[in-house]
Amino acid sequence: MIPLQAAIIGLVAAGALAVVLTRDLVRLTMASSLYALLLVVLFLVFQAPDVALSELVVGAVGFPLVIVVAVVLERGK
Amino acid sequence: MSRGVRSGLFLVSAAGLTALLLWAVADLPDFGHYRGPYGKVLNSVAVGERHTTNVVAAVVFDYRGVDTMGEEFILFASVMGVALLLRNPHRERRQVPVRIQSDAVRLAGIGFAAGLLVLGLYVVAHGYLTPGGGFQGGVVLASAFVLVYLAGDYHAYRSMSPTPAIDVLGATGAGGYTVVGIVSLLLGSAFLHNFGPLGTTGKLASGGSIPFLNVASALEVSAAFVLLFSEFLDELVVRPKARSE
Repeated sequence: MIPLQAAIIGLVAAGALAVVLTRDLVRLTMASSLYALLLVVLFLVFQAPDVALSELVVGAVGFPLVIVVAVVLERGK
Repeated sequence: MSRGVRSGLFLVSAAGLTALLLWAVADLPDFGHYRGPYGKVLNSVAVGERHTTNVVAAVVFDYRGVDTMGEEFILFASVMGVALLLRNPHRERRQVPVRIQSDAVRLAGIGFAAGLLVLGLYVVAHGYLTPGGGFQGGVVLASAFVLVYLAGDYHAYRSMSPTPAIDVLGATGAGGYTVVGIVSLLLGSAFLHNFGPLGTTGKLASGGSIPFLNVASALEVSAAFVLLFSEFLDELVVRPKARSE
């Protein structure tokens, strides 16, 4: 394993921990979006650009958007 | 169970899991030394057999085209489920105040949205030549729509994505994929077997029926994601009609 791969695996692990430990829902959304960006870098480092492109939109944009809307709706009640 | 016992149990099992994970990772083949036979076979035959330079697309839209059709319909069915749950004809429109934003956000957003649209179309069109393809390009296209919502407002987003048109596009994509498979059957080969001229390797006109499946999945995926976002954003501005007591 080259250092770049080890570094990004470490960052993804740290990001996952941050997502799990975040309690506030809005912060959680931002954390999971950043975590998805880390995963995108991981996929790029491991030479899977096709997967990286999908994760970039689904993980960093789509999923947070749906969660944010749900949070706003819940708070508006 | 007291807190101490619980923490003890957790620490013991977490240590066990960590040990097993590290053991598994230590035994993984080195990066680039994949042990399975299929990847090597496909890498050596795909470009010659299908004239596409992105082997991933050749695998997804040809060698395992039926699996991809299943995936398309998983997405189709799940977005249809969201629409069934959230789309309610007995709703009244609530007046949404126009949000005041900085001109800088608006300008940057609109600029990026146009760029993202072009990028999405590029990723779709070149899906079987360079990394990308119908799914990746489709989600990029859908994200351009989200950017219109963020830079403009709900009405700008909604006028770009009228629900009937999006419904039709999504169904056309999902149905079109199946139609390509049926054309294979009519031509006397297996379902979704590649047909048509293979063209020149590295040119847009290549890959036989791969470009058709690519475009069909792009339509389905982008429509599905736009519809998903629309249904959720509708929830923000459209309130259920108050029940008359």
